[in-house]
Amino acid sequence: MTTMTLSDTRRLLAAEPMGTLPRLSPDTLLALADDAGLTGRGGAGFPTAIKVRAVTQGRRAPVVVGNAMEGEPLSYKDAVLLTRVPYLVVDGLAIVARALGAHEAVLAVGPEIDPTAAIEAARTRGVQVAHLEGGFVAGQESALVNQLDGRPAIPGDPLVRVTTRGVYGRPTLVLNAETLAQLGLIARHGVAWFREAGLPEDPGTSLFSISGSVEHAGVVEAPRGSLLGDVLASAGPVHPVAVLVGGFHGAWVPATAPATRLTAHDLKPYGAAVGAGVLHVLGHDTCPIRMAAGIAGYLAEESAAQCGPCINGLPRMADALERLADRVPDPGLPSEIDRMRLLVTGRGACAHPDGTARMVASTMRVFADHVSRHLAGHCEIEGGRR
Amino acid sequence: MTRLHVDWTRCDGHGACAELVPELLASDEWGFPLSRTGERDPEVPVSLEEHADHAVRSCPLMALRLV
Ligand code: SF4
Ligand code: SF4
Repeated sequence: MTTMTLSDTRRLLAAEPMGTLPRLSPDTLLALADDAGLTGRGGAGFPTAIKVRAVTQGRRAPVVVGNAMEGEPLSYKDAVLLTRVPYLVVDGLAIVARALGAHEAVLAVGPEIDPTAAIEAARTRGVQVAHLEGGFVAGQESALVNQLDGRPAIPGDPLVRVTTRGVYGRPTLVLNAETLAQLGLIARHGVAWFREAGLPEDPGTSLFSISGSVEHAGVVEAPRGSLLGDVLASAGPVHPVAVLVGGFHGAWVPATAPATRLTAHDLKPYGAAVGAGVLHVLGHDTCPIRMAAGIAGYLAEESAAQCGPCINGLPRMADALERLADRVPDPGLPSEIDRMRLLVTGRGACAHPDGTARMVASTMRVFADHVSRHLAGHCEIEGGRR
Repeated sequence: MTRLHVDWTRCDGHGACAELVPELLASDEWGFPLSRTGERDPEVPVSLEEHADHAVRSCPLMALRLV
């Protein structure tokens, strides 16, 4: 895997280590995050300032957690950050923790990431590094808090927010590793500098993990709001048919729409969002339904197995998709898939069923022609009925 | 405004709640409560508050809450 940078946006991946850290008051930190218009880079894209403000409301000193669990199999950006510029993430975390008078600052590193460089960088910054277990759902905020507190790494009921009651029962601020790196840079260079890249309504840069049918898979830094085609061009797409934007919980954008901007606005018609910046290119030699069935099957296995609709519905949805991929001549398959999709949506402690349903819905919509041909027993990629 | 919240981490799909407030909850094919309104946590009209409260107190796993 390689890392590339669009030439004018070397920010995160080219940053040098810093000497002493700036000391900010809680209000200055809040104002920086707010004025910069910084949004979370871990998936949900939530405004960082709102999260920070939430933990300043309580009377107890908060715990600040850096989230580098990176459970999404198609995402590599946090791994790249923690190996290439670990000090940037650690310093961002330390700056936030000091500003908030935190009880503790922990960097949670997922099992796929080598924590060595982060541990070294954290030594002098008062940051602890926790190398944790975890699958797809382990990076979900409450699952992460549960694991740090010694409970099973599964999501809790969303009624209790971690910003109110998290690690040690304290208000807990969980920010993605890249979000922290961005905050660290904003604290160093200021809001105006941050806003020089990206769009006024969506400023700064982001890391994108590009994989699939490309010449060079890797991580690219690009301004927010870049054209999908421009970001992909740096990786050299090979016979692209569609791009899975946002990873396994994401949605497909046809490759015929390279002028789509990577913004909430442009991606909305496809049901997609920038999320954690995953772009997976589907080439012309892969059956999209086969691919989606594989993802849905994986996601069904990754269910934390505690909420009934998720436990029962995801395998049923994945099975129906698998049969569709196999060209089983059952005209009821699309409606069965639809029914399961609606039955799991909004009915779990976390957004795992919703995300899985989103990817499946997008597959059925974007590849509707392909679905029809499968129902007629044919696939132009895999051939006739199996 | 009161809503009926299901804690999915606790609910075991006994289906008792759907019998106590059928106006708000149905049972899905596995016995888990299914919001009739399609909202994540269905809104509880004043006229149904008593029934909803009864369902909350009857859930053997304390998986329901009025919020
Ligand atoms: S919705 Fe699924 S993945 Fe999320 S907590 Fe419930 S069982 Fe686990
Ligand atoms: S009564 Fe409680 S455990 Fe049973 S289905 Fe309803 S919410 Fe779930």
